[in-house]
Amino acid sequence: MIIAERKPIKEIEKMIMPYKKVLIVGCNTCVTICMAGGEKEVDILASSLNLLFKSKHKEIEFIKRVVERQCEKEFVEELKEDIASVEAVLSLGCGVGVQKIVEVFPHIPVYPGLNTKSIGAPEEEGVWKEKCVACGDCILDKTGGICPIARCSKKLLNGPCGGSQDGKCEIDKNLDCAWQLIYDRLKLLGKLDQLEEIIPVRDWSKANDGGPREVIREDVRLKNGK
Amino acid sequence: MESNLKKVLEKGEFAVTVELGPPKDSRRGIIERKGELLKDYADAINVTDNQTAIVRMSSIAACAILKQMGIEPVMQMVCRDRNRIAMQSDIFGAYALGVKNILCLSGDHQKFGNHPTSKGVFDIDSTQLIQMVKKMRDEGEVLGGDKIKEPPHLLFIGAAANPFADPFEFRAIRLAKKIRAGANFIQTQAVFNVEKFKEWMKMVRDKGLDKKVYILAGIIPIKSARMAAYMKEEVAGLNVPQEIVDRMKGAADAKKEGMRISLEIIEQMKSIKGVHGIHIMAVGWEKIVPSIVDDAGLFPRPKFT
Repeated sequence: MIIAERKPIKEIEKMIMPYKKVLIVGCNTCVTICMAGGEKEVDILASSLNLLFKSKHKEIEFIKRVVERQCEKEFVEELKEDIASVEAVLSLGCGVGVQKIVEVFPHIPVYPGLNTKSIGAPEEEGVWKEKCVACGDCILDKTGGICPIARCSKKLLNGPCGGSQDGKCEIDKNLDCAWQLIYDRLKLLGKLDQLEEIIPVRDWSKANDGGPREVIREDVRLKNGK
Repeated sequence: MESNLKKVLEKGEFAVTVELGPPKDSRRGIIERKGELLKDYADAINVTDNQTAIVRMSSIAACAILKQMGIEPVMQMVCRDRNRIAMQSDIFGAYALGVKNILCLSGDHQKFGNHPTSKGVFDIDSTQLIQMVKKMRDEGEVLGGDKIKEPPHLLFIGAAANPFADPFEFRAIRLAKKIRAGANFIQTQAVFNVEKFKEWMKMVRDKGLDKKVYILAGIIPIKSARMAAYMKEEVAGLNVPQEIVDRMKGAADAKKEGMRISLEIIEQMKSIKGVHGIHIMAVGWEKIVPSIVDDAGLFPRPKFT
């Protein structure tokens, strides 16, 4: 899932300051699970902003909505009437959600209320961790199912750097060393010999370095065309 | 002309390299002064590449200055700041300036330096960098496959190894990978815990790796009790036994004690099978290097014509 975090309220305040009526749009999918942009967070943000603006003798009217998936046009289109009645939109979706609203409603300003952090997973109550960077060329088969590109601070592909100590990364003692995890897992599987293989240089053109990526399924397209 | 360091090692001499950290500005004089001080006491001077991610004069420029003084440099190159295009371009440039030794490193994370918000490149890792340099040298091709008209045939390729980091059992495997990738010599993290180092060297010998690569043991002269404590507590990947911290604390003359510790460690390194030399990292205390090399019985350095 996509992990996101709400922007500091001061930053949001600045963005919507010029308006009198704003639509706050949450999303029922990833950002609801990571408690950044679901129904509850839309409510809390609207109340906080109300209080904040009141203290500054300013008033902004908020309309609150949550769509099922902000990254899909069909769900975003449901906002049509609400959008017609406001001056701006504050999205509590991920970066994809913000851009989808922009695509569907190009005439209205849309502001991001969240910082999109990573593709990750809930780890424990209140903790979400990055697991994947969508590099476009998965090597989890070679690294014991643990991704060094997403989880090693230096994206090392051929083993831990000299800063791995007691299972932790040198840049943060709370951060697991991905290569320690890879080592432990391959040991558990009795496949330590896999570590001897030199993983060759990456083809980053399959990642975002190759430009924005598209996935095109001609078979699906054809069916729709018929 | 071939790398002097390579010749020293091939003749079976116990090699000495010394680290030189370029200044945080453009003062050529600093490089010249340090070079002058160290040149007779080392087979090659090893120039850091923006170490601890702090912006300094580039390794390649400092190496060129040393070269102009008739001193043999080892150019460090880290994967943090450049992609494969810039790295290969710098390798061509360095070779044109007379650099024969290159030390391939991942690089300290940018978080530790004076630009913690910068983007870490890490297009390739240190093992892949070694492979790339070897390909340029031996196959006469850049990584992308284009032919090099005049390949850098005489490059002597170095890599780093940390016997003290975790997972310990992975350390010899990683060294083997770097050798397979093309490393000719290895510089280790500074040795303070000699017992642990011996344990690692045993793994290295058991895999026959000491026959395939020259290993230079890292030596850091300790200047003060505070430095010892700091290295023990704060520097990831360094293993400083309590005994050394205590010795430094109890010493009447800390600098002398620090030097004595270095000399004791060097003496032990000489007796470990498979250790082919030392690499002294006295960054900020280069002045001590001549005395250490001299007192360790490693002066004068061998000369080849």
